[in-house]
Amino acid sequence: MSHGTFSNDSTVVASSENLDRPKILLMGLRRGGKSSICNVVFHNMQPLDTVFLESTSRPTSELIRSLVDFTVSEMPGQINVLDDNYDKARLFENVGSLVYVVDSQDEYLYTLSNLVDIIEAVYPEYPSINFEILIHKVDGLSDDFKGDTARDIRQRVTDDLLDLGLDGVKSFFHLTSIFNHSIFDAFSLIIQKLIPEVPTLRNMLDILCEHTGLEQAYLFDINSKLFVASDNTSSSGVGGASMEHFADFIDISVDLDNLYFESSSTSVTSSSETNADQNNNNTLLNGNKAAGPSALTTQSNSTSKKGLSPSHPRPLKCVSKLANGTTLYLYQMIRGLAIVALTRKEGPHRMALVDYNLEKFRLGLERVWPVA
Amino acid sequence: MAGGNSNRKKLLLMGRSGSGKSSMRSIIFSNYSAFDTRRLGATIDVEHSHVRFLGGMTINLWDCGGQDVFIDNYFSTQRDNIFRLAEVLIYVFDVEAWKKGDPKKDIDTYLNCLRHLKEYSPASKVFVLAHKLDLINSTDREETYNGIVNKLVELSAPYEMDISYFGTTIWDESLYKAWSNIVCELIPNMGVFQKQLKNFAEISDAKEIVLFEKTTFLVISHVALNGESEEELDPKRFEKISNIIKTYKQSCNKMRSQFSWLALHGANCSAYIDTLTTNTYIMVVMPRVDEEHTEEGQNALIMGNIRSARDWFEKVELMEV
Ligand SMILES: Nc1nc2c(ncn2[C@@H]2O[C@H](COP(=O)(O)OP(=O)(O)OP(=O)(O)O)[C@@H](O)[C@H]2O)c(=O)[nH]1
Ligand SMILES: Nc1nc2c(ncn2[C@@H]2O[C@H](COP(=O)(O)OP(=O)(O)O)[C@@H](O)[C@H]2O)c(=O)[nH]1
Ligand SMILES: [Mg+2]
Repeated sequence: MSHGTFSNDSTVVASSENLDRPKILLMGLRRGGKSSICNVVFHNMQPLDTVFLESTSRPTSELIRSLVDFTVSEMPGQINVLDDNYDKARLFENVGSLVYVVDSQDEYLYTLSNLVDIIEAVYPEYPSINFEILIHKVDGLSDDFKGDTARDIRQRVTDDLLDLGLDGVKSFFHLTSIFNHSIFDAFSLIIQKLIPEVPTLRNMLDILCEHTGLEQAYLFDINSKLFVASDNTSSSGVGGASMEHFADFIDISVDLDNLYFESSSTSVTSSSETNADQNNNNTLLNGNKAAGPSALTTQSNSTSKKGLSPSHPRPLKCVSKLANGTTLYLYQMIRGLAIVALTRKEGPHRMALVDYNLEKFRLGLERVWPVA
Repeated sequence: MAGGNSNRKKLLLMGRSGSGKSSMRSIIFSNYSAFDTRRLGATIDVEHSHVRFLGGMTINLWDCGGQDVFIDNYFSTQRDNIFRLAEVLIYVFDVEAWKKGDPKKDIDTYLNCLRHLKEYSPASKVFVLAHKLDLINSTDREETYNGIVNKLVELSAPYEMDISYFGTTIWDESLYKAWSNIVCELIPNMGVFQKQLKNFAEISDAKEIVLFEKTTFLVISHVALNGESEEELDPKRFEKISNIIKTYKQSCNKMRSQFSWLALHGANCSAYIDTLTTNTYIMVVMPRVDEEHTEEGQNALIMGNIRSARDWFEKVELMEV
């Protein structure tokens, strides 16, 4: 992969606008779900609240800070990027992933031809771009139909690309919905491809598991609850209930910590205020009273919105045990990341060992990504 | 008072159709999420649920369907059956319907309930929930709530009943606050719990201790060792914790298992959540140990203290002390 280098020097990053930061470009026809996806994944919006989103008419771009900083840009469906007047170079330069959202509940033939047109126009000039195709809104499809639809979409796109003689395209398909964890799983995988250090991290996680008696270990971004790396054996098991459970485990840890974080009385209120503001916006957008869950802070993860205070003096740690003998660990790392690990083994000294090794891991990360 | 029947507590849940009665019941007692309540249909007649609670107590919840046909029956043919031996009436007003429409009929029904209650169960306690507050614009919420409460206080004064008011919605922790107050009303030896928790806090040097009922995760009691720190903390933290842990418990269930315990070491506190008795969970909040000490030592201490307190609290729960 050639996505340039990642600067560790934050001043360079801050001063240079468009540079080597990898870019994720979201495309797809309007009402496909692009804005919803951005808001649910990167702004902790409740899925049901996305019905209040207004159609996006201008390209948007925002910076997401995580292990590596990257930008997420949304290209509204009504803009024809293949128009000769459009500055393609500016749009596609630095793009690591082009995420194309296909509304699987809608008639998608036209969408697919639009997708293929885009690939045809972009690929020859930017062959390193990953084309990540989201077969989206699958929550509305029955299980059988979901499989058929996914097969059909995949088949059509692959056939069309072959017909055009484009056989080297890096294309990937994901079944997603904002109403379950699938969108987080898909975005985790998409983002991992843009971080060149992931193989190193995986090896580090492997060693951690081996020496600590852990079964699975993931490096999560606490705010977005995407994971940027997993140990090599767990990586195959992406999806399923456990990823969602890990995300819930992060939620409870951060939420409880926030409640008892001493200066938190201010931070807690401020967060609910932002929530209220956001909801007022919803109300205004619709011109009537906000319906349903939009008007209040919703469920536990609302408090996690603010994430951890950057000045958190000591790493946040959490251990939780389930009745079936599973133990979960959370250990805060650097740059808003945390390791979430699982073990089913018992051992009196295990806790101290886990602590010790996780601290070592954190120091290791600090060496690779020095704190500015 | 250890007789069989006195351990059944009859709670009436009433209000007009669609006000949210079955929704709150399902969230508090049946592990529904707020989203799940959209599936509920109108309740036909009365739905009974029996919930095992502290000290061998059984909560017997009468969810009274709110359509006119049923309500008419409650005040005529069924009135004896409905209103006799009730400990608590929970009356749910839909604030949006109140604001948009004419609340007169709803108010009349409520006052009619009070009248019957006064006759059949004069010692019972009344909780009024001004519900669905999320549907009121956040800037008007307080005013709307106060308006409703003032009106009801005025109208119900002649009945001279013991009435408490709460503003609620299923979309935040306010529901837990109201229901925590409701169930606490049923626990006769609250003072003993309180005293024992205080002891526990002193022995462990804890900043705060919270006691939860196990299935609902409603807060039964809490103590703080030094009052000063309390002011700085979020006053809504108790109901928030109920909400947070309940969500996590549901997540554990999705993993086909159950929540057992949790130890968190946060910015400047550590929190331990563990089973205390058959029907309770305890949360102990400690200052985080300083850099020289290990969390493991504190872990061992607190988990040990919880273990040794179990038998004693088991007795408190069964009212044997
Ligand atoms: N916005 C909002 N909706 C709510 C709230 N509580 C309940 N609802 C919704 O209101 C609808 C009706 O709720 P129910 O619980 O069935 O009403 P009920 O009082 O049991 O009605 P009957 O059984 O006919 O007496 C459901 O779709 C709930 O999702 C709330 O706090 N806010
Ligand atoms: N059923 C379902 N609806 C979705 C999903 N994602 C988005 N939507 C809905 O699709 C509509 C359009 O979404 P929006 O994000 O505005 O689309 P955009 O124009 O591509 O940005 C909204 O009403 C969303 O609530 C999904 O996964 N499932
Ligand atoms: Mg009902």
